[in-house]
Amino acid sequence: MGHCVIIHVAMGRPLVVCILLSLCASLVACRPAEEAAGAPGVAIRNVGSDTMVNLALAWAEAYQARYPDARIAVTGGGSGTGIAGLINGTVDVANASRSMKPEEVDEARANGTTPVEHTVARDAIAVVVHPSNPVDRLTLQQLSDIFSGRFTNWSEVGGEERPIVLLSRESNSGTHVYFLEQVVRLGDKNARTLFSPDTLLMASSEGISAEVRQNPNSIGYDGLGYVTADQKAIAVTAGPSGPYVLPTIESVNSGEYPIARDLYMYTAGEPQGVIADYLAWILSPDGQVIVRRLGFVPLGAGR
Amino acid sequence: MNRRSWTVLAEYLVERLIRATGILVMLFLALIFLFLLREGGATFFEVPLGDLFRTRWYPNEQYFGILPLVLGSLVVTLGAAAIGVPLGLLAAVFIAEVAPRWMREVLKPFIEVLAGIPSVVLGFMGMLVVSPLIRQWLGAPTGLTALAGSLMLGYMALPTIISVAEDALDAVPKSYRDAALALGATHWQTIWRVTVPAARSGILTAMMLGVGRAIGETMAVMMVTGNAARMPLTLRSFLMPVRTMTATIAAEMGEVAQGSTHYHVLFAIGLALFLVTFLVNLIAAWSIFRQGKRYGRLLS
Repeated sequence: MGHCVIIHVAMGRPLVVCILLSLCASLVACRPAEEAAGAPGVAIRNVGSDTMVNLALAWAEAYQARYPDARIAVTGGGSGTGIAGLINGTVDVANASRSMKPEEVDEARANGTTPVEHTVARDAIAVVVHPSNPVDRLTLQQLSDIFSGRFTNWSEVGGEERPIVLLSRESNSGTHVYFLEQVVRLGDKNARTLFSPDTLLMASSEGISAEVRQNPNSIGYDGLGYVTADQKAIAVTAGPSGPYVLPTIESVNSGEYPIARDLYMYTAGEPQGVIADYLAWILSPDGQVIVRRLGFVPLGAGR
Repeated sequence: MNRRSWTVLAEYLVERLIRATGILVMLFLALIFLFLLREGGATFFEVPLGDLFRTRWYPNEQYFGILPLVLGSLVVTLGAAAIGVPLGLLAAVFIAEVAPRWMREVLKPFIEVLAGIPSVVLGFMGMLVVSPLIRQWLGAPTGLTALAGSLMLGYMALPTIISVAEDALDAVPKSYRDAALALGATHWQTIWRVTVPAARSGILTAMMLGVGRAIGETMAVMMVTGNAARMPLTLRSFLMPVRTMTATIAAEMGEVAQGSTHYHVLFAIGLALFLVTFLVNLIAAWSIFRQGKRYGRLLS
């Protein structure tokens, strides 16, 4: 504060400088002690899942804005790429939209590292229709038949006599790929079923919601966070007869809703230093707000 | 340096500058072509030619049939021509031959403003206004159809068609009209039997330029055609979604792995588009050239 007074006298611009100085001081004070201990200037290498790449980027940006000394380099490439990098030691934090396979864990152990799994967010896909559509629940099998083009009329799943218009995200979106694997192919790795060629591919969530909002024939899907109130979400069951579950943050977190998955970050061993700080921040309310903003499901919002 | 030699020098420099810019334009065109060839050429080694002409486009799983995309572009463009050409032509005739002078002064700048509307705005209008109407009035399962794309593109081609065709009609010598009227032809007869046929090549150019614009347009098309890579084989396809070549490139280029087969195929589609647009413009240029020669003959 002594400096402040001197500057006050010398420059005649007391308030601004004072505020700036105290702001700097408080930032330094707020910074966790561990971070200063970590090697400065070395970036955390964060590689993996393309589904998570935007989320990882948003986290990195927000974290670096908050702690200017932090360096986080985010790259996509797929869950497999990130995990392979973690095993080879070229990656510090691997993003994965699936669990590590047992053989990958064995490989990592053979290389002398024990990968540690951190669930950082959840991803759920809601199936949506026009609010006037009387169909309000479907089985995964019915969804598969609808999106692969076997059913083409709503009357085949207990609805009105109307053609079904299929809406999907573009084929390069992670949501598209996940929906294809989990719903259209019902999780069967060997299945070759594709989306019907009549499926409308929309470049954005807005494209899907605009069409669902105004077209009673349409059925679409999107990340739960992108579903607006003027679309009707379908209750889904994995089994042949129920229980049908509506997608909500609670039902996703409890594991009841079937079209959902956990998103992971893997570290080599228990995270230390800057990496531990980063992961702790991601799991904090500040980090989880970003999860919701990007259309994913934050952890434990029911709590 | 006296004034005369200064003038000579300036003349020389300006002439060179103009020549250089002309050559640069051609150079850029050649470079674009070479770039597309370099990036897209690998397609023909990586994907068997037969596979390219399959009917399924799903690049995630190595289905690279571009036939639905080519036909999609074709359907949308033909539809746009069917809508834009007659409307544009009639509007041009009205402005050049029928409208009173004051109306002409109002209409011409308005049409130029029309050309300035960004395509994304038109696309948004198409998505929220035109496509619901198509679904409700024409009974299509969804309004995001080839027809919606054709309507948008036809509308976007209008300013080009109108202004070029109007210029061509304007260029028809007044003596032609005077002669027709002196022979007892009515105003309409003069227009349809004399003025329009005399401006034939210019009108053809107008159509070509309009269609050329329609083929290459991306944003509005991507927003209103639904982008389903299905084969548009029947007339009813106008009321079904289609996926055009431009929309495919725009939608998929952003996330494709560089150097992958998919990346190369996207550039090959770009190459095909480039060639088609080049061809259309070449035909248009050739017809302008022919028109110029014809007037030369008439005046001599």
